[in-house]
Amino acid sequence: MKELSKKLKLKRTWQLHVMMVPIVVLLVIFCYVPMIGIVVSFQDYLPTKGFFGSPWVGLDNYRFLFSLNDFFQIIRNTLIISGGKILLGLIISIFFAIMLYESNMRIMKNVVQTSVFLPYFLSWVVLGGIFIDIFSLEGVVNRIISFLGIEPVMFMGHPIWFVIVIIITDVWKVYGYNMIVFYAAIMGIDTALYESATIDGAGRIRQVFAITLPSIAPMIVVMGMLSLGNILNAGFDQIFNMYNPTVMSTADILDTYIYRMGVVSGQYSFATAVGFFKSIVAMILIVTSNWAAKRFAGYRIF
Amino acid sequence: MKRIEEIPMYRRTKGPLMTIGVIVNNAILLIAAALSLLPILHIIAVSFSENAPANANLVGLIPIGFNLKAYAEAVTDSKMLVALVQTIKRTALGVPVNMILTILCAYPLSYHKKDFPMRTFYSGFVIFTMLFSGGLIPSYILMSRLNLMDTLWALVLPGIPVFNVIIMMNFFREIPEEIKEAAMIDGAEHFTMLTRIILPTSGAVLATLTLFCFVGHWNAWFDALIYMKDLTRYPLQNYIQTQVARMTLSPDLEEAKRLAFISRRSLLFARIFISIVPILIVYPFLQKYFQTGIIVGAVKG
Repeated sequence: MKELSKKLKLKRTWQLHVMMVPIVVLLVIFCYVPMIGIVVSFQDYLPTKGFFGSPWVGLDNYRFLFSLNDFFQIIRNTLIISGGKILLGLIISIFFAIMLYESNMRIMKNVVQTSVFLPYFLSWVVLGGIFIDIFSLEGVVNRIISFLGIEPVMFMGHPIWFVIVIIITDVWKVYGYNMIVFYAAIMGIDTALYESATIDGAGRIRQVFAITLPSIAPMIVVMGMLSLGNILNAGFDQIFNMYNPTVMSTADILDTYIYRMGVVSGQYSFATAVGFFKSIVAMILIVTSNWAAKRFAGYRIF
Repeated sequence: MKRIEEIPMYRRTKGPLMTIGVIVNNAILLIAAALSLLPILHIIAVSFSENAPANANLVGLIPIGFNLKAYAEAVTDSKMLVALVQTIKRTALGVPVNMILTILCAYPLSYHKKDFPMRTFYSGFVIFTMLFSGGLIPSYILMSRLNLMDTLWALVLPGIPVFNVIIMMNFFREIPEEIKEAAMIDGAEHFTMLTRIILPTSGAVLATLTLFCFVGHWNAWFDALIYMKDLTRYPLQNYIQTQVARMTLSPDLEEAKRLAFISRRSLLFARIFISIVPILIVYPFLQKYFQTGIIVGAVKG
């Protein structure tokens, strides 16, 4: 059979090249040309003069960036928000994956899986509009807590509460995804382990800590590492649709900063420098985390 | 692979402690399911409510004074209809363009490098764009240099779905060799192979990715925010965004007329609900495919 397929191999690879043409052209125009456009960060780019007419300023934009106090605050905000989302996201999705596995009601499994995925497919424009209302001073959440006798909280206007709301609502939107990944990992555990544990008299909770968690530990590490590769993406879509001037000190992240500096204020060169810094660090993180995930658990994306 | 609903025999409940455990377990799951849906049910209830209770935020999950006035105002808002048409146009143009690109890229890359020597080069060329990008501003400058600002092409062409390519490529590789070889014996060339053999056997992955593309275009807003200078060309998401941002300001004259008999919140939530109806319609399919997709991806690793 091997011999036969060798003989019959499709010889005309030029057709494969032809198929690749459209994507290569588009990638060159919309991905590779902007990479060259990074030179703008070494210029004082003026739209009227273009790439070739704008004056060169060397590393001035980068020196300016690293001298800014704002910059360190933005890095800190990015890492806190991102880190919080990764940590809480892992805990919640593992918790519910285990809960889902432990449930003995088939209908409950279906109900849960159908419900928790819905927010995943809604945009942050829509969800931002909903959450700004729900967490407002007169919103549903404050209604509930004042019913319990607690003072209303300015969730959207308080720098620390805002970050907490950002982390919780993001986890709320996406935890179904990792939940299913962990659920599939749990389903792959050899049921003989549980059977013998039951015979040995181990209770269900004991089994979770003695069997389930150790068995999915490699998967937890892989998911954690892959998220670390994306730690500089603290969620532009979400924050842009939810933040306001009163929470800038804790809510302004790299991407919102780049957007405001570049698109809103028109400081093209400076914003490109910030973007380049982010791209370089992000690339190093993604390559390292994928390498580590592959090495640690044989995970490969391509 | 084991069916997802399967519950092993030995895990059936026994004893009073177990009964409590089962109740707690299912109660927690029920709360999780409810929490995912409650915010959406709440805004739907508000959108159908009377002016006064909606303004005073008295509506929970059941409309107070059920009426359709907010929807009547939303669907007669000409700006919103223009935005809806923009979204439909970008989706109608974007989904086929993205799918064709995905297929044309996934098919060659599904070959082993022994059969397609340049595969390594091409896949590296594609993957590198996932790892590194020029960033926001160079793309923005480029788009204005290409004179694509304010055109639908600015929203369609740069969205190269590399992730979808990987999913489709993996699917193509799973197609049994025998089927491909039968075509080769008949002397099929690559284009024939793709259109006659590969695509007809790939219905599942084509449907899934079409759905993902649809949701992606329907929900996209950032590209239009930066590439559409003319606000009348904003898609629906951007229109909603503008309306959300305006909630803290006093309404303009046109909006004030609409708000004569309804709450501002009802109108906003009616607009939001209209914008998510298509997602809700495809959601059952989306959820099914998506879930199997994640599991296959995770298991294959």
